[in-house]
Amino acid sequence: MTKAISRRKLITKGLAAAAGVSGLAATGLAMRRHGLIPPDHCGVYGPGETLTYAAQRLLTRHSLAREFPRSMISKRPFANEVAPPSDAFKRLQVNRFADWRLAVDGMVARPLSVSLSDLRALPFRSQITEVACEEGWSYIAEWIGTPLVEVLNEAGLLPQARYLVYFSIESNWWESIDLADALHPQTLLTWGMNDGDLPVPFGGPLRLRVPRQLGYKSVKYIVRLTAADSLKGFGKGLGSASPEAGYAWYAGI
Amino acid sequence: MTHWITVFCFCALLISGIEIVISHPRFYWGEVGNVGTSPLFTIPIPSSRGTVPTGYGFVMPDQNGWSRYLHFQTAWALVLTGLVYGLAGLWTGHFWKDLVPERGDRKWRAYWGRTAQYLRRTPPEAREANSYNVLQRTAYLGVIFVLFPLVIWTGLASSPAFDSAVPAAVNLLGGRQSARTLHFFVSGALVLFLLVHVAMVALSGFRNRMRGMISGRLVVPEAAVPEEERS
Repeated sequence: MTKAISRRKLITKGLAAAAGVSGLAATGLAMRRHGLIPPDHCGVYGPGETLTYAAQRLLTRHSLAREFPRSMISKRPFANEVAPPSDAFKRLQVNRFADWRLAVDGMVARPLSVSLSDLRALPFRSQITEVACEEGWSYIAEWIGTPLVEVLNEAGLLPQARYLVYFSIESNWWESIDLADALHPQTLLTWGMNDGDLPVPFGGPLRLRVPRQLGYKSVKYIVRLTAADSLKGFGKGLGSASPEAGYAWYAGI
Repeated sequence: MTHWITVFCFCALLISGIEIVISHPRFYWGEVGNVGTSPLFTIPIPSSRGTVPTGYGFVMPDQNGWSRYLHFQTAWALVLTGLVYGLAGLWTGHFWKDLVPERGDRKWRAYWGRTAQYLRRTPPEAREANSYNVLQRTAYLGVIFVLFPLVIWTGLASSPAFDSAVPAAVNLLGGRQSARTLHFFVSGALVLFLLVHVAMVALSGFRNRMRGMISGRLVVPEAAVPEEERS
Protein backbone atom coordinates (compact mmCIF):
# COMPACT_ATOMS: atom_id res chain seq x y z
CA MET A 1 0.00 0.00 0.00
CA THR A 2 1.39 3.37 -0.91
CA LYS A 3 0.77 6.34 1.30
CA ALA A 4 -0.82 9.25 -0.51
CA ILE A 5 0.89 12.55 0.19
CA SER A 6 -1.67 14.90 1.66
CA ARG A 7 -2.11 18.30 0.07
CA ARG A 8 -1.24 20.05 3.32
CA LYS A 9 1.99 18.10 3.63
CA LEU A 10 2.90 18.87 0.04
CA ILE A 11 2.31 22.58 0.56
CA THR A 12 4.24 22.79 3.86
CA LYS A 13 7.13 20.73 2.50
CA GLY A 14 7.20 22.83 -0.68
CA LEU A 15 7.19 26.05 1.29
CA ALA A 16 9.96 24.81 3.56
CA ALA A 17 12.08 23.81 0.57
CA ALA A 18 11.46 27.16 -1.13
CA ALA A 19 12.37 28.99 2.09
CA GLY A 20 15.56 26.94 2.39
CA VAL A 21 16.64 27.60 -1.20
CA SER A 22 15.83 31.30 -1.05
CA GLY A 23 17.53 31.55 2.35
CA LEU A 24 20.71 30.07 0.87
CA ALA A 25 20.44 32.35 -2.16
CA ALA A 26 19.93 35.40 0.08
CA THR A 27 22.94 34.40 2.21
CA GLY A 28 25.00 34.02 -0.96
CA LEU A 29 23.93 37.44 -2.22
CA ALA A 30 24.62 39.12 1.13
CA MET A 31 28.04 37.45 1.29
CA ARG A 32 28.81 38.59 -2.25
CA ARG A 33 27.79 42.17 -1.44
CA HIS A 34 30.04 42.21 1.62
CA GLY A 35 32.93 40.67 -0.31
CA LEU A 36 33.03 37.36 1.56
CA ILE A 37 33.21 35.01 -1.43
CA PRO A 38 36.70 34.17 -2.75
CA PRO A 39 37.27 33.93 -6.52
CA ASP A 40 38.13 30.21 -6.23
CA HIS A 41 34.78 29.35 -4.58
CA CYS A 42 33.82 26.81 -7.25
CA GLY A 43 34.75 23.14 -7.18
CA VAL A 44 34.88 20.51 -4.43
CA TYR A 45 36.94 22.65 -2.08
CA GLY A 46 34.80 25.77 -2.59
CA PRO A 47 32.75 25.43 0.62
CA GLY A 48 35.80 25.15 2.90
CA GLU A 49 37.59 27.98 1.11
CA THR A 50 34.53 30.24 1.34
CA LEU A 51 34.07 29.47 5.05
CA THR A 52 37.73 30.23 5.77
CA TYR A 53 37.80 33.45 3.76
CA ALA A 54 34.45 34.74 5.09
CA ALA A 55 35.28 33.88 8.72
CA GLN A 56 38.75 35.44 8.54
CA ARG A 57 37.50 38.55 6.74
CA LEU A 58 34.88 39.13 9.44
CA LEU A 59 37.51 38.56 12.14
CA THR A 60 40.54 40.27 10.62
CA ARG A 61 39.49 43.22 8.47
CA HIS A 62 41.57 45.72 10.48
CA SER A 63 43.80 43.51 12.64
CA LEU A 64 47.57 44.03 12.47
CA ALA A 65 50.11 41.28 11.81
CA ARG A 66 52.37 40.65 14.78
CA GLU A 67 55.51 42.82 14.85
CA PHE A 68 58.65 41.70 16.65
CA PRO A 69 61.52 43.35 18.52
CA ARG A 70 64.74 43.99 16.61
CA SER A 71 66.49 41.26 18.62
CA MET A 72 64.26 38.63 16.97
CA ILE A 73 65.33 39.41 13.38
CA SER A 74 66.58 36.13 11.86
CA LYS A 75 70.36 36.02 11.50
CA ARG A 76 70.04 33.73 8.50
CA PRO A 77 66.80 34.47 6.65
CA PHE A 78 65.92 31.97 3.93
CA ALA A 79 65.27 33.22 0.41
CA ASN A 80 63.10 30.62 -1.28
CA GLU A 81 64.34 29.53 -4.68
CA VAL A 82 63.06 31.34 -7.75
CA ALA A 83 63.33 30.49 -11.44
CA PRO A 84 66.43 31.95 -13.21
CA PRO A 85 65.83 35.63 -13.99
CA SER A 86 64.48 36.59 -17.40
CA ASP A 87 66.44 38.72 -19.90
CA ALA A 88 64.15 41.68 -19.13
CA PHE A 89 65.13 41.46 -15.45
CA LYS A 90 68.83 41.07 -16.23
CA ARG A 91 68.80 44.13 -18.51
CA LEU A 92 67.37 46.28 -15.69
CA GLN A 93 69.79 44.75 -13.17
CA VAL A 94 72.81 45.99 -15.21
CA ASN A 95 71.72 49.55 -14.47
CA ARG A 96 71.11 48.71 -10.80
CA PHE A 97 67.36 49.05 -11.47
CA ALA A 98 67.54 52.81 -12.21
CA ASP A 99 65.08 52.24 -15.07
CA TRP A 100 62.70 49.98 -13.10
CA ARG A 101 59.12 51.25 -13.54
CA LEU A 102 55.99 50.41 -11.63
CA ALA A 103 52.78 50.90 -13.62
CA VAL A 104 49.49 51.54 -11.79
CA ASP A 105 46.41 51.14 -13.98
CA GLY A 106 42.85 49.78 -14.10
CA MET A 107 40.19 51.42 -11.98
CA VAL A 108 42.17 54.46 -10.93
CA ALA A 109 41.55 58.14 -11.73
CA ARG A 110 45.20 58.83 -12.68
CA PRO A 111 47.17 55.89 -14.10
CA LEU A 112 50.81 56.14 -13.04
CA SER A 113 54.23 54.94 -14.06
CA VAL A 114 56.71 55.53 -11.25
CA SER A 115 60.41 54.81 -10.73
CA LEU A 116 61.89 53.38 -7.56
CA SER A 117 63.12 56.83 -6.51
CA ASP A 118 59.60 58.23 -7.04
CA LEU A 119 58.37 55.47 -4.71
CA ARG A 120 60.98 56.23 -2.09
CA ALA A 121 59.91 59.90 -2.10
CA LEU A 122 56.48 58.90 -0.78
CA PRO A 123 55.92 58.37 2.97
CA PHE A 124 57.44 55.03 3.96
CA ARG A 125 57.16 52.61 6.81
CA SER A 126 59.39 49.97 8.34
CA GLN A 127 58.15 46.92 10.18
CA ILE A 128 59.61 43.73 11.64
CA THR A 129 57.30 40.91 10.59
CA GLU A 130 57.50 37.19 9.92
CA VAL A 131 57.44 35.52 6.51
CA ALA A 132 55.59 32.22 6.87
CA CYS A 133 55.71 29.78 3.98
CA GLU A 134 52.89 27.34 3.32
CA GLU A 135 55.50 24.55 3.55
CA GLY A 136 56.00 25.29 7.24
CA TRP A 137 59.21 27.29 7.61
CA SER A 138 59.48 30.96 8.57
CA TYR A 139 61.84 33.84 9.32
CA ILE A 140 61.64 37.37 10.70
CA ALA A 141 63.07 40.42 8.94
CA GLU A 142 62.71 44.16 8.95
CA TRP A 143 60.89 45.30 5.82
CA ILE A 144 61.06 48.91 4.63
CA GLY A 145 58.76 50.21 1.93
CA THR A 146 55.99 52.44 0.71
CA PRO A 147 52.56 51.42 1.99
CA LEU A 148 50.50 50.28 -1.00
CA VAL A 149 47.71 52.59 0.17
CA GLU A 150 49.97 55.64 -0.44
CA VAL A 151 50.45 54.67 -4.08
CA LEU A 152 46.74 53.93 -4.50
CA ASN A 153 45.91 57.34 -3.04
CA GLU A 154 48.30 58.97 -5.54
CA ALA A 155 46.57 57.18 -8.38
CA GLY A 156 43.06 57.84 -7.00
CA LEU A 157 41.40 54.46 -6.52
CA LEU A 158 37.87 54.54 -8.01
CA PRO A 159 35.00 53.61 -5.65
CA GLN A 160 33.97 50.59 -7.71
CA ALA A 161 37.41 48.94 -7.35
CA ARG A 162 37.32 45.84 -5.10
CA TYR A 163 40.56 44.01 -5.82
CA LEU A 164 44.15 44.82 -6.52
CA VAL A 165 45.97 42.59 -9.00
CA TYR A 166 49.78 42.67 -8.99
CA PHE A 167 52.25 41.30 -11.50
CA SER A 168 55.90 40.26 -11.37
CA ILE A 169 58.26 41.01 -14.25
CA GLU A 170 58.64 37.22 -14.49
CA SER A 171 55.96 35.63 -16.65
CA ASN A 172 52.93 33.91 -15.12
CA TRP A 173 53.68 35.22 -11.62
CA TRP A 174 50.78 37.31 -10.42
CA GLU A 175 48.46 37.51 -7.45
CA SER A 176 45.56 39.59 -6.23
CA ILE A 177 44.21 40.73 -2.87
CA ASP A 178 40.96 42.32 -1.74
CA LEU A 179 40.83 45.92 -0.56
CA ALA A 180 40.98 44.89 3.13
CA ASP A 181 44.56 43.76 2.46
CA ALA A 182 45.37 46.32 -0.28
CA LEU A 183 44.50 49.31 1.95
CA HIS A 184 45.99 47.66 5.07
CA PRO A 185 48.73 49.80 6.66
CA GLN A 186 51.19 46.86 6.79
CA THR A 187 50.91 45.97 3.10
CA LEU A 188 54.14 47.41 1.75
CA LEU A 189 55.70 47.92 -1.67
CA THR A 190 58.97 46.81 -0.12
CA TRP A 191 62.35 48.10 -1.36
CA GLY A 192 64.47 47.73 1.79
CA MET A 193 65.29 44.87 4.13
CA ASN A 194 67.23 44.89 7.41
CA ASP A 195 68.69 48.41 6.93
CA GLY A 196 69.79 47.84 3.32
CA ASP A 197 68.32 47.60 -0.19
CA LEU A 198 66.04 44.61 -0.70
CA PRO A 199 68.36 41.87 -2.09
CA VAL A 200 67.35 40.20 -5.35
CA PRO A 201 66.85 36.70 -3.82
CA PHE A 202 64.32 38.24 -1.40
CA GLY A 203 62.42 40.03 -4.17
CA GLY A 204 64.51 43.14 -4.84
CA PRO A 205 64.20 45.69 -6.18
CA LEU A 206 60.46 45.64 -5.41
CA ARG A 207 58.30 43.09 -3.62
CA LEU A 208 54.73 43.44 -2.36
CA ARG A 209 54.73 42.22 1.24
CA VAL A 210 51.32 41.09 2.51
CA PRO A 211 52.24 40.05 6.08
CA ARG A 212 48.80 38.74 7.09
CA GLN A 213 48.98 36.08 4.40
CA LEU A 214 51.45 33.27 3.64
CA GLY A 215 54.64 33.97 1.75
CA TYR A 216 53.38 33.04 -1.69
CA LYS A 217 51.13 36.11 -1.73
CA SER A 218 54.22 38.32 -1.41
CA VAL A 219 55.18 38.34 -5.08
CA LYS A 220 58.74 39.32 -6.02
CA TYR A 221 59.88 41.78 -8.74
CA ILE A 222 56.66 43.84 -9.00
CA VAL A 223 56.17 45.90 -12.17
CA ARG A 224 52.42 46.43 -12.43
CA LEU A 225 49.40 47.04 -10.18
CA THR A 226 45.88 46.89 -11.61
CA ALA A 227 42.77 47.90 -9.67
CA ALA A 228 39.66 45.94 -10.68
CA ASP A 229 36.03 45.44 -9.68
CA SER A 230 36.14 41.73 -10.58
CA LEU A 231 38.81 39.08 -11.08
CA LYS A 232 36.96 37.33 -13.91
CA GLY A 233 39.03 38.93 -16.66
CA PHE A 234 42.42 37.88 -15.28
CA GLY A 235 43.93 34.54 -16.27
CA LYS A 236 41.39 31.77 -15.77
CA GLY A 237 39.28 34.00 -13.51
CA LEU A 238 40.32 32.25 -10.30
CA GLY A 239 41.97 35.36 -8.85
CA SER A 240 45.65 34.61 -9.34
CA ALA A 241 48.25 32.18 -10.63
CA SER A 242 48.08 30.18 -7.36
CA PRO A 243 44.62 28.60 -7.83
CA GLU A 244 45.62 27.82 -11.42
CA ALA A 245 48.50 25.82 -9.91
CA GLY A 246 46.21 24.17 -7.34
CA TYR A 247 46.82 26.50 -4.39
CA ALA A 248 44.23 28.62 -2.57
CA TRP A 249 43.75 32.25 -3.63
CA TYR A 250 43.30 33.36 -0.03
CA ALA A 251 46.37 32.48 2.01
CA GLY A 252 45.57 33.94 5.41
CA ILE A 253 45.76 30.41 6.75
CA MET B 1 26.46 9.61 12.85
CA THR B 2 28.87 12.28 14.15
CA HIS B 3 31.33 9.43 14.85
CA TRP B 4 31.49 8.33 11.22
CA ILE B 5 31.78 11.89 9.87
CA THR B 6 34.63 12.33 12.35
CA VAL B 7 36.30 9.13 11.10
CA PHE B 8 36.05 10.33 7.51
CA CYS B 9 37.35 13.84 8.31
CA PHE B 10 40.15 12.51 10.51
CA CYS B 11 41.43 10.23 7.74
CA ALA B 12 41.33 13.11 5.23
CA LEU B 13 43.12 15.41 7.71
CA LEU B 14 45.73 12.76 8.41
CA ILE B 15 46.53 12.08 4.76
CA SER B 16 46.62 15.77 3.80
CA GLY B 17 48.59 16.56 6.96
CA ILE B 18 51.23 13.99 6.05
CA GLU B 19 51.45 15.46 2.54
CA ILE B 20 52.03 18.92 4.04
CA VAL B 21 54.73 17.59 6.39
CA ILE B 22 56.50 16.02 3.39
CA SER B 23 57.08 19.52 1.96
CA HIS B 24 59.16 20.36 5.06
CA PRO B 25 59.86 17.32 7.27
CA ARG B 26 61.81 19.40 9.82
CA PHE B 27 60.43 20.65 13.14
CA TYR B 28 61.56 23.58 15.25
CA TRP B 29 60.83 25.24 18.57
CA GLY B 30 60.14 28.95 19.09
CA GLU B 31 58.97 31.59 16.64
CA VAL B 32 61.03 30.93 13.52
CA GLY B 33 62.69 27.98 11.82
CA ASN B 34 63.94 27.21 8.32
CA VAL B 35 66.66 25.23 6.58
CA GLY B 36 69.20 27.81 7.85
CA THR B 37 68.39 27.15 11.52
CA SER B 38 68.93 23.96 13.49
CA PRO B 39 65.85 21.80 13.85
CA LEU B 40 64.43 20.25 17.02
CA PHE B 41 64.14 17.00 15.08
CA THR B 42 63.88 15.83 11.48
CA ILE B 43 61.75 13.05 10.06
CA PRO B 44 64.01 10.89 7.87
CA ILE B 45 61.83 10.92 4.76
CA PRO B 46 62.33 12.50 1.34
CA SER B 47 60.79 15.93 0.80
CA SER B 48 58.64 17.43 -1.96
CA ARG B 49 60.93 20.50 -2.03
CA GLY B 50 64.44 20.58 -3.46
CA THR B 51 65.47 23.25 -0.94
CA VAL B 52 65.18 20.87 2.04
CA PRO B 53 68.35 18.84 2.70
CA THR B 54 67.11 15.28 3.33
CA GLY B 55 70.01 13.13 2.23
CA TYR B 56 67.84 11.56 -0.47
CA GLY B 57 68.86 12.19 -4.03
CA PHE B 58 65.36 12.88 -5.29
CA VAL B 59 62.42 15.23 -4.72
CA MET B 60 58.86 13.99 -4.22
CA PRO B 61 56.02 15.44 -6.32
CA ASP B 62 54.37 18.54 -4.84
CA GLN B 63 50.96 17.62 -3.39
CA ASN B 64 50.48 20.64 -1.15
CA GLY B 65 47.84 22.49 -3.17
CA TRP B 66 44.98 19.99 -2.88
CA SER B 67 46.26 18.80 0.49
CA ARG B 68 45.85 22.27 1.95
CA TYR B 69 42.41 22.75 0.38
CA LEU B 70 41.33 19.32 1.73
CA HIS B 71 42.92 19.87 5.15
CA PHE B 72 41.03 23.11 5.80
CA GLN B 73 37.74 21.93 4.33
CA THR B 74 37.70 18.76 6.44
CA ALA B 75 38.85 20.78 9.46
CA TRP B 76 35.71 22.90 9.05
CA ALA B 77 33.55 19.79 8.68
CA LEU B 78 35.15 18.24 11.77
CA VAL B 79 34.75 21.39 13.89
CA LEU B 80 31.10 21.81 12.89
CA THR B 81 30.45 18.10 13.56
CA GLY B 82 32.22 18.45 16.90
CA LEU B 83 29.96 21.38 17.79
CA VAL B 84 26.84 19.33 17.01
CA TYR B 85 28.24 16.39 19.01
CA GLY B 86 29.23 18.63 21.94
CA LEU B 87 25.88 20.39 22.13
CA ALA B 88 23.97 17.10 21.77
CA GLY B 89 26.20 15.53 24.43
CA LEU B 90 25.43 18.33 26.87
CA TRP B 91 21.73 18.29 25.98
CA THR B 92 21.25 14.55 26.46
CA GLY B 93 23.62 14.26 29.41
CA HIS B 94 25.77 11.76 27.44
CA PHE B 95 29.01 13.17 28.89
CA TRP B 96 27.86 12.93 32.52
CA LYS B 97 26.05 9.62 32.14
CA ASP B 98 28.44 7.66 29.95
CA LEU B 99 31.85 9.37 29.95
CA VAL B 100 32.65 10.91 33.33
CA PRO B 101 34.06 8.03 35.43
CA GLU B 102 31.55 6.61 37.89
CA ARG B 103 31.77 7.92 41.45
CA GLY B 104 33.37 4.79 42.85
CA ASP B 105 35.95 4.71 40.04
CA ARG B 106 37.49 8.16 40.60
CA LYS B 107 40.62 6.90 42.33
CA TRP B 108 43.98 5.52 41.21
CA ARG B 109 43.10 2.02 42.46
CA ALA B 110 40.26 1.75 39.99
CA TYR B 111 42.66 2.68 37.15
CA TRP B 112 45.28 0.13 38.29
CA GLY B 113 42.65 -2.56 38.77
CA ARG B 114 41.27 -2.04 35.30
CA THR B 115 44.73 -1.93 33.73
CA ALA B 116 45.56 -5.23 35.44
CA GLN B 117 42.34 -6.76 34.11
CA TYR B 118 43.30 -5.70 30.59
CA LEU B 119 46.78 -7.16 30.99
CA ARG B 120 45.43 -10.46 32.35
CA ARG B 121 42.83 -10.40 29.60
CA THR B 122 40.04 -11.10 32.09
CA PRO B 123 36.76 -11.32 30.16
CA PRO B 124 34.55 -8.29 30.90
CA GLU B 125 31.54 -8.60 33.17
CA ALA B 126 28.12 -8.54 31.55
CA ARG B 127 27.22 -5.03 32.68
CA GLU B 128 30.34 -3.75 30.93
CA ALA B 129 29.15 -4.85 27.54
CA ASN B 130 26.82 -1.88 27.43
CA SER B 131 28.82 0.71 29.34
CA TYR B 132 32.35 2.12 29.28
CA ASN B 133 34.85 1.30 32.00
CA VAL B 134 37.00 3.88 33.76
CA LEU B 135 39.95 3.63 31.33
CA GLN B 136 37.69 3.96 28.31
CA ARG B 137 35.86 6.91 29.86
CA THR B 138 39.09 8.72 30.67
CA ALA B 139 40.53 8.09 27.20
CA TYR B 140 37.37 9.31 25.47
CA LEU B 141 37.16 12.43 27.66
CA GLY B 142 40.83 13.15 26.98
CA VAL B 143 40.31 12.86 23.22
CA ILE B 144 37.14 14.96 23.18
CA PHE B 145 38.07 17.68 25.66
CA VAL B 146 41.88 17.81 25.52
CA LEU B 147 43.34 16.47 22.25
CA PHE B 148 40.72 17.80 19.81
CA PRO B 149 40.65 21.33 21.35
CA LEU B 150 44.48 21.33 21.35
CA VAL B 151 44.77 20.22 17.73
CA ILE B 152 42.29 22.95 16.70
CA TRP B 153 44.12 25.59 18.74
CA THR B 154 47.59 24.70 17.42
CA GLY B 155 46.17 24.57 13.89
CA LEU B 156 44.53 27.98 14.17
CA ALA B 157 47.75 29.38 15.64
CA SER B 158 49.46 28.50 12.34
CA SER B 159 47.22 30.94 10.46
CA PRO B 160 48.93 34.34 10.08
CA ALA B 161 45.59 36.13 9.63
CA PHE B 162 44.04 34.48 12.71
CA ASP B 163 47.16 35.39 14.70
CA SER B 164 46.81 39.03 13.64
CA ALA B 165 43.35 39.06 15.26
CA VAL B 166 44.23 36.90 18.28
CA PRO B 167 48.02 37.13 18.82
CA ALA B 168 47.76 35.31 22.16
CA ALA B 169 46.75 32.14 20.29
CA VAL B 170 50.29 31.70 19.00
CA ASN B 171 52.25 33.64 21.65
CA LEU B 172 50.94 31.41 24.47
CA LEU B 173 52.28 28.36 22.64
CA GLY B 174 55.76 29.87 22.44
CA GLY B 175 55.71 30.95 18.79
CA ARG B 176 54.73 29.88 15.32
CA GLN B 177 57.16 26.94 15.02
CA SER B 178 56.26 25.66 18.52
CA ALA B 179 52.59 25.69 17.45
CA ARG B 180 53.46 23.66 14.34
CA THR B 181 55.51 21.13 16.34
CA LEU B 182 52.74 20.79 18.97
CA HIS B 183 50.18 20.33 16.18
CA PHE B 184 52.30 17.43 14.92
CA PHE B 185 52.56 15.77 18.38
CA VAL B 186 48.87 16.20 19.24
CA SER B 187 47.98 14.69 15.87
CA GLY B 188 50.35 11.84 16.72
CA ALA B 189 48.54 11.31 20.03
CA LEU B 190 45.21 11.18 18.17
CA VAL B 191 46.62 8.59 15.76
CA LEU B 192 47.84 6.54 18.74
CA PHE B 193 44.35 6.68 20.25
CA LEU B 194 42.87 5.62 16.91
CA LEU B 195 45.18 2.59 16.70
CA VAL B 196 44.39 1.41 20.26
CA HIS B 197 40.69 2.15 19.76
CA VAL B 198 40.47 0.08 16.57
CA ALA B 199 42.56 -2.71 18.13
CA MET B 200 40.19 -2.87 21.13
CA VAL B 201 37.11 -2.96 18.92
CA ALA B 202 38.72 -5.77 16.94
CA LEU B 203 39.58 -7.75 20.09
CA SER B 204 36.06 -7.45 21.49
CA GLY B 205 34.52 -8.89 18.32
CA PHE B 206 34.73 -6.65 15.30
CA ARG B 207 31.46 -7.57 13.57
CA ASN B 208 29.37 -7.45 16.73
CA ARG B 209 30.78 -4.09 17.80
CA MET B 210 30.39 -2.60 14.34
CA ARG B 211 26.77 -3.71 14.23
CA GLY B 212 26.33 -2.16 17.68
CA MET B 213 27.94 1.10 16.64
CA ILE B 214 25.88 1.44 13.50
CA SER B 215 22.49 0.11 14.61
CA GLY B 216 22.70 0.26 18.39
CA ARG B 217 21.95 -3.50 18.62
CA LEU B 218 24.62 -5.45 20.46
CA VAL B 219 24.70 -9.18 20.98
CA VAL B 220 25.89 -9.94 24.52
CA PRO B 221 27.53 -13.37 24.69
CA GLU B 222 25.38 -15.89 26.63
CA ALA B 223 28.20 -16.95 28.92
CA ALA B 224 28.65 -13.40 30.16
CA VAL B 225 25.01 -13.00 31.20
CA PRO B 226 24.44 -14.06 34.83
CA GLU B 227 22.27 -17.20 35.36
CA GLU B 228 19.26 -15.47 36.97
CA GLU B 229 18.91 -13.04 34.07
CA ARG B 230 18.62 -15.82 31.49
CA SER B 231 15.11 -16.90 30.80
